[in-house]
Amino acid sequence: MMKKLAPYVGEHRLYAILTPLMIIGEVALELMIPLMMAGIVDFGIQGDGGIAYTVRMGVLMILMSIVALIFGALGGKFAAMAGMGFAKNLREGLFDKVQEFSFGNVDKFTTASLVTRLTTDVTNTQNAFMMILRMAIRAPIMLIGATIMAIAINPQLSLIFLIAIPVLSITLYLIGSKAHPRFLELLERYDKLNAKVQDFIVNIRVVKAFVREKHEEDKFVESAESVRKAQVNAEKLIILNMPIMQFTIFSSIIAILWFGGNMVIDGTFYIGQLSSFIMYIMQVLISLMLISMIFIMVIISRASVTRIVEVLDEKPLLDDEDGNQELELQDGSIVFEDVDFSYNEDPDNLVLKNINLKIYSGETIGIIGGTGSAKTTLVQLIPRLYDVLHGKVAVGGHHVQEYKLETLRDQVAMVLQNNVLFTGTIKENLKWGNQHATDQEVEEAAQAAQAHQFIQSFPNGYETVLGQGGVNVSGGQKQRLCIARALLKKPKIVILDDSTSAVDTATDTAIRTAFKEKLQDVTTLIIAQRITSVSDADRIIVLDDGKINGFDTHENLLKSNQIYQEIHQSQGKGVNINE
Amino acid sequence: MSKPKPIMRGQMPMAKPNNLGNTVKRVGSYMKEYKWLLVIVFIAIISSALANVIGISFLQVIIDDYLEPLIGNYNETLMRGFVTVIGVMALIYFTGALSTYIFQRVMLHVSTKTLYKIRIDLFTKMEALPIKYYDTNTHGDLMSHYTNDIDTLREVLSNGVANFISAMITVVGVFAMMIYFSWELTIIVLLMLFLMLFAVATIGGKSAGYFVQQQQHLGKVNGYIEEMIEGQKVIKVFSRQEQVVEDFKVYNEELRENATKANTFANILMPVMGNLSYILYAIVAMTGGVFAIYERLTLGTVVAFLQFTRTFSQPIAQLSQQLNAVLTALAGAERIFKVIDHDPEEDEGHITLVPVQVDDHGEITEVTESTGVFAWKELKQDDTPTYTLVRGNVVFNEVVFGYEPDETVLKGISLYAKPGQKIAFVGSTGAGKTTITNLINRFYDVPAGNISYDGIEINKIKKSDLRRSLSMVLQDTHLFTGTVMENIRYGRLDATDEEVYAAAQLANADSFIQLLPEGYETVLTSDGGNLSQGQRQLLAIARAAIADAPVLILDEATSSIDTRTEALIQKGMDRLMKGKTSFIIAHRLSTVRNADAIMVLEQGEIIERGNHDQLIEEKGKYYQLSAGMFELS
Repeated sequence: MMKKLAPYVGEHRLYAILTPLMIIGEVALELMIPLMMAGIVDFGIQGDGGIAYTVRMGVLMILMSIVALIFGALGGKFAAMAGMGFAKNLREGLFDKVQEFSFGNVDKFTTASLVTRLTTDVTNTQNAFMMILRMAIRAPIMLIGATIMAIAINPQLSLIFLIAIPVLSITLYLIGSKAHPRFLELLERYDKLNAKVQDFIVNIRVVKAFVREKHEEDKFVESAESVRKAQVNAEKLIILNMPIMQFTIFSSIIAILWFGGNMVIDGTFYIGQLSSFIMYIMQVLISLMLISMIFIMVIISRASVTRIVEVLDEKPLLDDEDGNQELELQDGSIVFEDVDFSYNEDPDNLVLKNINLKIYSGETIGIIGGTGSAKTTLVQLIPRLYDVLHGKVAVGGHHVQEYKLETLRDQVAMVLQNNVLFTGTIKENLKWGNQHATDQEVEEAAQAAQAHQFIQSFPNGYETVLGQGGVNVSGGQKQRLCIARALLKKPKIVILDDSTSAVDTATDTAIRTAFKEKLQDVTTLIIAQRITSVSDADRIIVLDDGKINGFDTHENLLKSNQIYQEIHQSQGKGVNINE
Repeated sequence: MSKPKPIMRGQMPMAKPNNLGNTVKRVGSYMKEYKWLLVIVFIAIISSALANVIGISFLQVIIDDYLEPLIGNYNETLMRGFVTVIGVMALIYFTGALSTYIFQRVMLHVSTKTLYKIRIDLFTKMEALPIKYYDTNTHGDLMSHYTNDIDTLREVLSNGVANFISAMITVVGVFAMMIYFSWELTIIVLLMLFLMLFAVATIGGKSAGYFVQQQQHLGKVNGYIEEMIEGQKVIKVFSRQEQVVEDFKVYNEELRENATKANTFANILMPVMGNLSYILYAIVAMTGGVFAIYERLTLGTVVAFLQFTRTFSQPIAQLSQQLNAVLTALAGAERIFKVIDHDPEEDEGHITLVPVQVDDHGEITEVTESTGVFAWKELKQDDTPTYTLVRGNVVFNEVVFGYEPDETVLKGISLYAKPGQKIAFVGSTGAGKTTITNLINRFYDVPAGNISYDGIEINKIKKSDLRRSLSMVLQDTHLFTGTVMENIRYGRLDATDEEVYAAAQLANADSFIQLLPEGYETVLTSDGGNLSQGQRQLLAIARAAIADAPVLILDEATSSIDTRTEALIQKGMDRLMKGKTSFIIAHRLSTVRNADAIMVLEQGEIIERGNHDQLIEEKGKYYQLSAGMFELS
């Protein structure tokens, strides 16, 4: 799993290598200090070294500490550079990957989850990476180094290390492995609690309208108590770490003082060495503690890493590698042949069943049908937002899979049902359709979409800045901007997926008239709820439960198609002013 | 009404608390009942910290009084003394380790209980806040009290405070011992201490400054990620992937630069402190060595002093770190208390809603079981109840209202709904349709004019009872995480399964529910993501239907349902509305056609009223609307 992420260190590899090197340097110098202190005590004070030796060693120690400080600081700096560089590359890699995703991939992960993976999960991984760079090398080297120094000074006494190290590591390991599932449980319950709160906040009006405060409170109390219990359960193990650690250090010090003290009394060991021994055992045991902390970090970040790798490993559900670079759409014709479609590729769960359609270039086609009749699904197959399960969709004379996606989608302009405008000016948003469009072209498109007038009514006109999601324009205005944006592509096929639902009928008619006049050669598909929006189309598709129920002109359908009659009746009866 | 904003991720509160003392007191008040446990914690912390300090000072005794004298001349009494001293030291150390465990374990109990209490308090108080509070705070902000604020508080309560106190006691203890052993060496330590504090202040300050910048850039990058992932389908349709990635790279690189700076300073703090302490160690070793040679200090004193020097630097770095954490947590606690202290929804009503039975003589008697008939119960001064049957007679008299003091949304609305009538509101966004219904259920209170319900002024009715008498389908259809069954049953918690099925059938939701993978037991995600908007509306209608209250409010309840399905549920809806007063807000005129009275609203005023035929006849705004002459947005 870690291997998967390694390449993202990329150009920051040098710093990722330098960090541990710096830290090794720092640790090496740190390891010398107790030894030199022992020298001062045993040779300087007690031995023949005297002041000259003591001062010489003292100055040397100071110099070494300064060098160690520089090493340490550089290590920190390099770790930051490597860590943040890694995070940057990882974020970019993920972002790139998500851009490759097809609609199906996004549906699978859901938008919210993708956002979390690119934000919180990346931060967690970045912190763990930096921690590992700095600590994962430092702790083991310190552990081994201090042990070697101790053995070098007094092999017999270092037997204490041989007891203390395994005792502490096994205890820490046991605590860690027992606590791990409990922490997962805690996190899970904690997530649940937060989900409950979020649910409550989103639903506050429902809660108040139905007077369910007590009900919500009961649910919350139960959840909060379960979090509390889980926290106690998990942390009561972890808090054992510190006292056990202290117990081991203290026992070791006592043992060193006793056995070492006896050796001193026997004259086989010196007082300075004895106190350096105490320093070494502390370094060793603290390193062990650090290692156990690193393990916890790694475990915590493992969930994040897994979620990131899932995104990186995801295969885009459709690609255009077999697409022909040269191939262009000849016209705006659309053919569906025996098309079956399912969102989860399950033949038993078909959304579209055996669709056969032949639409000629330049035709205006209305699509109508109830909620869940798969109108949107049908048109999404045309710009190949999804691939069919069986059958074939041909656009402009060729199978959709024969085109490069960009070629196909440039020629098929689709105005989505849940449309999005982005932060930026109106003009910038419109130019999504064609980056090189002139101001005049932008205006023309806006005019066709009946958006020009209201845009001009804004004080800043086309330079009006839209908030995220286009929050400062009304629903109907947003829809017209989205239509204009699509028209700027100068496509061969335009698909309007319920794109005028918030637009009044008069404007709706004006849009359709403009389409008729200016986009004569463009095939237009209009999904609508209102029968008036499709009644003047060349032909109308009536969809019902993923099947084509009728495909004919308004007049013929009124005569022969029962569903069409019903829809007409549900909207028409009584309000006959229009006809 | 704006859509719920996505929760902002990666936000970190940086603010410091405004009223430190008060906030500490408030947090303390939650721990009051654990007073004695906290005393134990405090004693245990002292014992744990001092054991460490005293243990080190034993080094001097052992070296000077036993080891040195014993070298080369064995002495039985001294040897026995040595054993005793080692034994006492072991005992002290053992007590220290045990104390550590005790304070951590007790603190765990106290801190989790305290957090639990704060959480519950926050939630109950939040529940009682007026709708307005939810209008003016983003969901992300509200949510962050439960995540960010509580999390930092948790961190500090379970570790921070104890570590902070322990570090403080250690520093003081070590310092006292140092002075006791050698004031000359202590001066060196003090000088170095200033240098160390200076390093902490400079590096820490720089790091904090850059962290603020890093958070801003992180917010920018995360915001961009959020916007682009949400718009990913549009990006695909327009093949704009490359451009978007290019823009992202720029933001991302800016973040990297700032994050590198911030983390560099954060990363170098510990090595700088650690090695400064080694420099101090070296200086003390050298000076102490010289002092020992001149016999101004004993060997044991120098060794013990050196050990103290090592013990000194860690708690100092810890103190500065913990202080930051404690301040951040207190700032979080302050935000939590601000919510808790916020004025709750006012409810001065005293009239309650009770189920009653009416006998043949029109005599009303209160019953405990629901009969489908309700009455308003008012207690007279002498505690005798009077009952008024709930009929659904709603009257608005010159109602003026605005969400903000300086803007009026409703400008003197007067209307009446007779029991069993179907009243419809039509008009553009912002005309005040939803506002009217929000006043009936008292989501907001009326500053001028009044609203009465069955002849009673609504603010005399207890809010919960008022709302219980209204079944609502709200404009933004939200469902809860849970099964379909649970979601429908939300309307009436004691509804049987059969009643749930019946309500679903009435709303024409049964057929699609049957097709869901687990039928009525299918778990819906919080935003109902696995259902279409229309299906969610059908569930919301079923939820309101099961509540079976005398008055129904349907706010754009069928806006996303196609007209044919709407026609299908019409029968059910008619059955539901039979005998009930209902208020219907709709965009689509076909929905409101058969209403008893249609009110056409424009800019907070009723400009036309009458039934469909009358309004068509009038050839006014309604007529124009039907003819599609202008836009409803």
